[in-house]
Amino acid sequence: MSCNCGTPVDKLIPQTVKVVSIRQDTPDVKTFRVVALEGEELFDHMPGQCAMLTVPGVGEAMFSITSSPTEKGYKDFSIKRCGLLTDYLHSMEAGEEVCVRGPYGKPFPVDTEFKGKDLLFIAGGIGLAPLHSVINYVRANRENYGKIDILYGSRSKDDLVDFDEIENEWLKEEGINVYLTIDREQEGWDGHVGFVPSYLKELDFPPTSTAVICGPPIMIKFVLQALIEMGFEKTQVYTTLELKMKCGIGKCGRCNIGSKYVCKDGPVFRCDEIDELPNEY
Amino acid sequence: MYTIEKSKLSDLFGAISASCELYLPVKKAGQNNFTKYEAGTEYCDELKTVKSPKDMFFPQSENIVSFEKTDGKIKVTPDTIPTEKTVVFGVRACDVASFDVLDRVFLSEPADSFYKARRENCTVVATACSEPEESCFCSVFGIDPSEPKADVATWFVGEKLYWKALTEKGEELTKAVASVLTEENADGTVEAEKAKIKEIVKNLPLASLSLDGWDGDATEAKFDAPEWEKLSASCLGCGACTFVCPTCQCYDIRDYDTGHGIQRYRCWDSCMYNDFTMMAHGTPRPSQLQRFRQRFMHKLVYFPANNDGMYSCVGCGRCVNKCPISMNIAKVIKAFGGDKS
Ligand code: SF4
Ligand code: SF4
Ligand code: FES
Repeated sequence: MSCNCGTPVDKLIPQTVKVVSIRQDTPDVKTFRVVALEGEELFDHMPGQCAMLTVPGVGEAMFSITSSPTEKGYKDFSIKRCGLLTDYLHSMEAGEEVCVRGPYGKPFPVDTEFKGKDLLFIAGGIGLAPLHSVINYVRANRENYGKIDILYGSRSKDDLVDFDEIENEWLKEEGINVYLTIDREQEGWDGHVGFVPSYLKELDFPPTSTAVICGPPIMIKFVLQALIEMGFEKTQVYTTLELKMKCGIGKCGRCNIGSKYVCKDGPVFRCDEIDELPNEY
Repeated sequence: MYTIEKSKLSDLFGAISASCELYLPVKKAGQNNFTKYEAGTEYCDELKTVKSPKDMFFPQSENIVSFEKTDGKIKVTPDTIPTEKTVVFGVRACDVASFDVLDRVFLSEPADSFYKARRENCTVVATACSEPEESCFCSVFGIDPSEPKADVATWFVGEKLYWKALTEKGEELTKAVASVLTEENADGTVEAEKAKIKEIVKNLPLASLSLDGWDGDATEAKFDAPEWEKLSASCLGCGACTFVCPTCQCYDIRDYDTGHGIQRYRCWDSCMYNDFTMMAHGTPRPSQLQRFRQRFMHKLVYFPANNDGMYSCVGCGRCVNKCPISMNIAKVIKAFGGDKS
């Protein structure tokens, strides 16, 4: 049963894809664009879903798909350099091949709960990667959503992922407000300085939007606290959890937390659902 | 009902293995384990195999896909889905029940094609436990060792093996080996044997364990309980309990360089190991207490929550026999007050 046709015999079997471009976003984040080989197709996904990237012999890991499903023909992955596999990926050049399998997990409820709502996106650092997919999906289906606020912060200006796209596209669109912040003063930066949670309190959004948070666990914690203080209910707030994964399909046991498997029941959770999980993430 | 003389078992095994691969308990180097039958292989009638028969469907390690890289191009070749017809003989009632637990995991969408093929290609011949032991507590999970529910149920009584097909697959196997079996109305003998077994089971030391309070909703009540600290204090994190356990199903996926390509395989893993949940920035379960708790919470709370109340333990008692520090699920249940005696 040899097959390189993109319709694997099992969800565990990856397909080969070509890396067509690699963009350096920040000193330690690159965005990889992959396409199916000639005559083959890549799976469809929804915003928030993930895929397993394999470099044979080096390793395999789960990454959030950064591109929106409305961008056809390719998938983007914004990847921070932080280990063996990501070191290897960062050393690659456009034109090389890797393998991918997916999509995995439950997406953001973009076509249900999010519909008709004002949306408030809050991201820190590489946390913009999973939100990037939702934001561009929402932009492509603008009529289905209300006002959009995006609050994004990073260590420095150079660590803001997708800065060009934010500046040249998002900032220019009507009905979208983008608030950027960096942790410390920096030459050439005349925007806001300070951490995301405190900027959020300053901005004092009315608690009528649906909020989506993504970033380091400590940021998520303080942002959630701030939102509650501002009058948001946990049922209005979504985030993603990150645990070690291997199979992606709820079988290898690795990402089990309470009665949930992050790979299939997540990575997207509503904050009231997270409250029901044992405190082990 | 059919019978065959115990002295003629090799005829039965010969007849089964004529058309498929037969696995049965065999003692090798002092250890009883399910082993492939070859002419001359002796059936071992000890109550328990060291490892459970989960290997039949979920081997300890198995290749799933290979990669070949030439001139920068990657060729992906999935490993062949197994097609051999198999029979596994001598499976105890607890282990038969463990297959239901594994099915819940591997056959739920998206089904695992490797497991599914092995499971479908296999006919399970179970054997009632003539003499359940002190470490057994299958009855606590509603399992009756006098009446295993497999494709074929068998009983060893006196000098004979009694054979009864319970499913279509079982009927087919019975037909295939009919020439070595004798049809006999032996219901009385088998009923008497069942009654004898039931009486033993009732009086086993662990039969009084109670699962009251353990269910899918018990996370809040159990997770932060002080009991875990004492229970887990001497756990070595060796993982022996998970490896011998018929229902433990966690696995790892790894690659190795074969010299002319990369072979990806999966192998059993253990939630008791400290690197099980390790990520680049750390692990959510840094202490052995957390890992220990995870194993038992999963079996007695999280698994039932997702599977209509089914526990992920069948009371086979292997962990009772094998843990080097004599810790086990029976002690965990007891420590939380689960003893009716
Ligand atoms: S936890 Fe122990 S008694 Fe229960 S099925 Fe596993 S090995 Fe058997
Ligand atoms: S066999 Fe015993 S010591 Fe080893 S991991 Fe299991 S409970 Fe801990
Ligand atoms: S990654 Fe295997 S169960 Fe979630």
